[in-house]
Amino acid sequence: MNRLSRPRAFLLMSPLLLFLGLFFVWPLVSVIWQAVSDPAISRVLPRTAAEIGGWGGEGVPSDEVQAAFREDIVANTDDMAMGDVTRRLNSSQSGFRSLMGKTVREVRETPDIALIEIDDRWGETAFWKAIQDNASPYTDAFLLSALDLQRAGSGEIEAMPAGSSANRTIILRTLWISAIVTLCCLLIGLPYAMIAASVTGWKRAVMIAAVLLPLWTSLLVRTAAWMIILQESGIINQVLMGIGIISDPLVLIYNRAGVVIAMTHVLLPFMVLPIYSVLLTVPGNLMSAAASLGAHPVRAFLRVLLPLSLRGMISGMLLVFMSSIGYYITPALVGGASDQMISSVIAFYATQSANWSMAAALGLILLVLTLLLYALYNRLSRDPVPTR
Amino acid sequence: MKNTKPMRKLGRGLAIGAAALALAGTAAQARDLTVASFGGTFQDAQRELFFKPFAEQTGKPLLEESWDSGYGVLQAKVRAGQPNWDVVQVEAEELALGCADGIYEPLDWEKLGGQDSYIPGGASDCGAGHIVWSVAIGYDGNRITGEGPQGWADFWDTEKFPGKRAMRKTVKYALEAALMADGVEPAEVYDVLATPEGVDRAFAKLDELKPDLIWWEAGAQPLSMLQTGDVVMSSVYNGRITGLNRSEGTNLKVVWPQSMYAVDSWVILAGAENAEAGMDFIAFTQSPERLSRIPEFVAYGLPVIAAAEMVPDELAVDLPTHPANLEVAIPLDVDFWTDNSEELTERFNAWIAQ
Repeated sequence: MNRLSRPRAFLLMSPLLLFLGLFFVWPLVSVIWQAVSDPAISRVLPRTAAEIGGWGGEGVPSDEVQAAFREDIVANTDDMAMGDVTRRLNSSQSGFRSLMGKTVREVRETPDIALIEIDDRWGETAFWKAIQDNASPYTDAFLLSALDLQRAGSGEIEAMPAGSSANRTIILRTLWISAIVTLCCLLIGLPYAMIAASVTGWKRAVMIAAVLLPLWTSLLVRTAAWMIILQESGIINQVLMGIGIISDPLVLIYNRAGVVIAMTHVLLPFMVLPIYSVLLTVPGNLMSAAASLGAHPVRAFLRVLLPLSLRGMISGMLLVFMSSIGYYITPALVGGASDQMISSVIAFYATQSANWSMAAALGLILLVLTLLLYALYNRLSRDPVPTR
Repeated sequence: MKNTKPMRKLGRGLAIGAAALALAGTAAQARDLTVASFGGTFQDAQRELFFKPFAEQTGKPLLEESWDSGYGVLQAKVRAGQPNWDVVQVEAEELALGCADGIYEPLDWEKLGGQDSYIPGGASDCGAGHIVWSVAIGYDGNRITGEGPQGWADFWDTEKFPGKRAMRKTVKYALEAALMADGVEPAEVYDVLATPEGVDRAFAKLDELKPDLIWWEAGAQPLSMLQTGDVVMSSVYNGRITGLNRSEGTNLKVVWPQSMYAVDSWVILAGAENAEAGMDFIAFTQSPERLSRIPEFVAYGLPVIAAAEMVPDELAVDLPTHPANLEVAIPLDVDFWTDNSEELTERFNAWIAQ
């Protein structure tokens, strides 16, 4: 490439680079930033943040710290920024909501009022400790608590008390459900794609339409349809009971089985289509060639067709797995309480409690786990994949 | 049901991109007054009662949106500057949080007839109470034909009423119900909950019922569970029950004793482009004559005293604000939940995940 054409090539590339930067790099960086930055207190309460560092963590801080705190409240004019402070503090120590509301009101009226007169809680160490803990503009608290960890008073990382948080359980469950769904999709999708690729004419058209049609229906509609089919008085139970196979209805909904069934159906196209498109490129006479060389059909399948469809299987499995770890509405509607996945926790922090940092931290952990799994998968699957 | 699609990275990126393009496209022209409510049959009623008549009266179009509640949504809108909604119907917690954070415009109470014309808890500097709704026990009168459940103790009594139960999947309402089932006087529920022992006691009571519990998230879910017999009783929104009975002739019952009520309010988002028109819209909806027609559509109570008095008796008996119903119910303690919602939700999620 000569010197002149390089800038031109770059110019041609620029829409792509811009797209990548705007929609991929920037959101990712802002999520990472959101997960580790904690600017509310150091920005809105700068004097307090500077003074409270010297407090030993026993009893309540000195009068100077308390005076700095009152000064900061009087100096602040941005209610929304103070709202961030309150939310952040309340997240560490329940009760700050009402306490800060009251305190801000009173201190604005009488700037030199003793805090303890406003509310007894200012005499409790825990509330001051929450301010001290959050005074730094950067924190690993969100990332730690996304993994059910916290820093002890001495600064060491320790597990949260049992029963106070279940993120680790839910993350593992998310990966587990996704793996099961991926496997189910593979078990159904592979034979389906092979049959679809081997038939011709209207049969193939019908089979492919059957995969594509659900893709054009809203996810919510498909999930709702499964609710109707799976429920206690639903079609499956009625048929099974009608022909006398079972006497009591099977519990197919509001449990893990329902989630796996509905998610497998919703995600099946992402498995079938890649395998199908790879199989289309496989010459039809390969299997007969194998047979003519004396291979048993099973052996021909295992040694010829399966390795050739491996690329499609791998992309299908990746697509299904990556999609299913982000699932939210299907587990919520057809799953039970112990089938909820990590997205519902992220959604709680983002839309309900406005704790964006916690939502970002959980999202980041999920992303890192996925990348790790992907790297592992890549390594494991490198050898058997025929590369050209 | 927004925000409920699978959150794939690409999808999110595209959504942000689309939003950015949409923003760029519309920034130049003025937006019409935009009102966001909670959708469903109630928004259908609001359209007939308020949206259309107001648009006719002013001669300007009124845009409507629906949302699923959640403080983070509103906070993000206001924080981004130039929110794309003007007037929003919010739940009591969102009102309290947002008013303290300054994400709402203060209301002009002269236009609304003063805060005294509202029931206690119905009026504040940022919000005008629009409806009063309850979370109560609901059951199918065709399935439980004898005497139905009388309170949360019966909800927990799986011998007297065999079968699964459903509850709203939030820590709010679940803990109160558990304490009342455990024999705490309704008036003392929040005093008990304010102590760590009280919270432990509520979770212990929930443990007892856990094997028989199904959790719901959307308000329509318990109705179908009750109808199909998947559950024998459920916590429900009272308005949905009465609505279904009227539209489909079902015989679902609301148990008023120990029900919990809260007020939904109109607010105006800070920095909203049509704040003034929004204020006029709120005043329009809150006039007693218009507001008092809500119970004809959905069985919600009315926080405006004069409006509540205009509701005919045959409709009033189904409302949370009917004296007989109000007397046996407790108000949701908004201050308790704004303080403790996050910590208790984490614990609830952990509890439910086990």
